[in-house]
Amino acid sequence: MAIITQDPRETGHTGFRERSAWRMRLSSWDAKFSPYAYVSPFFIIFGIVGLFPLAYTAYVSMHDWNLIGGKGDFVGFENFTTVLQQDLFWTGLRNTMSIFLLSSVPQIIIAMFLAAVLNANLRAKTFWRMGVLLPFVVAPVAVGLIFSKLFADQSGMINAVLDIVGVGPIRWHADVLASHVAIATMVDFRWTGYNTLILLAAMQAVPKDLFEQAVIDGAGRMRQFFSVTVPMIRPTVIFVVITSTIGGLQIFDEPRMFDQTGQGGADRQWMTATMYLYELGWGAQKSFGRASAVAWILFLIIIIIGIINFTLTRRIAATGAHTPRRKK
Amino acid sequence: MSSVGVTSQTAGKGAARYAERQLRKDSSAGVGPDRRPRWLTYVVLGFTLVIAAFPLYYTFLLSSSDAPTIAQNPIPSLIPGGHFIENVSRVLGSDIKFWQSVGNSVIVAVVTSLSVVFFATLAGFAFAKLRFKGRRGLLVFVIATMAVPTQLGVVPLFILMSEIGWTGKLIAVIVPGMVTAFGVFWMTQYFEEALPAELIQAARVDGCSLFKTFWYVALPAAKPAAAMLALFTFVASWTNFFWPFIVLGSDNPTLPVALQLLQASYFKDYSLIMTGVTIATIPLILLFAFAGRQLVSGIMQGSVKG
Repeated sequence: MAIITQDPRETGHTGFRERSAWRMRLSSWDAKFSPYAYVSPFFIIFGIVGLFPLAYTAYVSMHDWNLIGGKGDFVGFENFTTVLQQDLFWTGLRNTMSIFLLSSVPQIIIAMFLAAVLNANLRAKTFWRMGVLLPFVVAPVAVGLIFSKLFADQSGMINAVLDIVGVGPIRWHADVLASHVAIATMVDFRWTGYNTLILLAAMQAVPKDLFEQAVIDGAGRMRQFFSVTVPMIRPTVIFVVITSTIGGLQIFDEPRMFDQTGQGGADRQWMTATMYLYELGWGAQKSFGRASAVAWILFLIIIIIGIINFTLTRRIAATGAHTPRRKK
Repeated sequence: MSSVGVTSQTAGKGAARYAERQLRKDSSAGVGPDRRPRWLTYVVLGFTLVIAAFPLYYTFLLSSSDAPTIAQNPIPSLIPGGHFIENVSRVLGSDIKFWQSVGNSVIVAVVTSLSVVFFATLAGFAFAKLRFKGRRGLLVFVIATMAVPTQLGVVPLFILMSEIGWTGKLIAVIVPGMVTAFGVFWMTQYFEEALPAELIQAARVDGCSLFKTFWYVALPAAKPAAAMLALFTFVASWTNFFWPFIVLGSDNPTLPVALQLLQASYFKDYSLIMTGVTIATIPLILLFAFAGRQLVSGIMQGSVKG
């Protein structure tokens, strides 16, 4: 920022000179320090609700710490070893991974497909775009309630429709895999349209002459899509995959609402890792120490999967990028 | 098709004719995004629209029905029943503090949106238009924090809130959401493109302090982006569950928390639960009807830059 200076020699009166010197100093302080003041609210809030809790979670995880009793003895890694020996922890981790894969893989594919469909000279463009985004404004809790009824084992609409076409009732709540499919459906209901629009925006930024070149080279529509569109929107695909990883591995709302008890089913068939974290801290055990241990393990897993995702997506998209014959 | 012309010069007339034929065969007009779609495209989109809208209509069907009818018909009649008003009054008169939760959600969403817009615009102005030491590094830090799974910090955050006596109070939900990394990043991007440096310089020459420059020059210029940010923040705040569920509890719920309570106490009566869902969702559907266009272009703009 340019500091507006006034040469003090130009002013005649000494009193005015003093005042203007004072004002200049003020103005230079303003230019020097105000920017920090303007950006500071974010750093203060992030420090309190982001950085401090994550660091302090490590501290809590090393102690006996009760929701009501508060801090107890230092126990080292005991909370971690205890948690890692619990079957429930592994069940939660398995369910989280399974729901994550079942939701994110179809979601990316469907979003790519819908974006490709929308990426045309459509009539009533905005109407269709708003159409795919509509589920985004429904709260995950509401989505969970709606779909838990749609997927009800006994009186659900989906089983009733399946019955008409001759498919036996699927035990959407009782079976492990079926319950994961149902919850993945909820996630995709809310997020597919959102990601479709992100991918659509990236597709529209692809230079048109690349398509013209591809057509001249004899590429059909499919070939154009896989050899031009997909490699060109690679960074956006990576972005979408990473954000859905961070969100997907912390999933709580939808499975929490899948039945009224919120335990994740009689056999914990759809209890996710975050639900387990909640149960440890605020359920019967009230052990903040163990809940924090789960939080840290989950944190590390998210980072590791994020890195794997990043390299994998880059490699997959990169192999696609080498195939098109580029004529220049 | 400019490149067809180029092809005729560089690769001969035959190639140009071939290319032209290919272009025509490919679709009625244009390639890629210029393609005029056929009816099949509209069938696919229509089908998508039904999938997107049906669960919402289904919710309304159940909330206009009653428990025995719902129990007898897994596939509801597509014509709404006549119990909606009655169900609404039953939800509002239930043990759950539903009225209060509506008010709470409004307060939290409005205050959070205003606060995020103000602080994000202020920070965005500084990052995009002011020069100070460490600017680049701080901005990279802000962007990096978007990848931090903050939900995993709930235990210490809860301990902190109990220490200062905020558990059960709305302020415990409002303060953590007062400014977001996404908001700061979003406004920075906008200012970089949309606010000419000359305007700021002119204000400074006229003797405006930095804050006055922000208030009278930058803030008015930020209106379109700020409105979109407010929309997104409102939706995110209205639909937020995990943290309010932990810190507020049943005495002072927001709407999503009230929905969970409703499900826990009245799980046998789906007409009641779905009425709760309808009440919680209608405000956002209305918002979507009026500002859905802005949400769409907001998502699409954000992604190209991000």
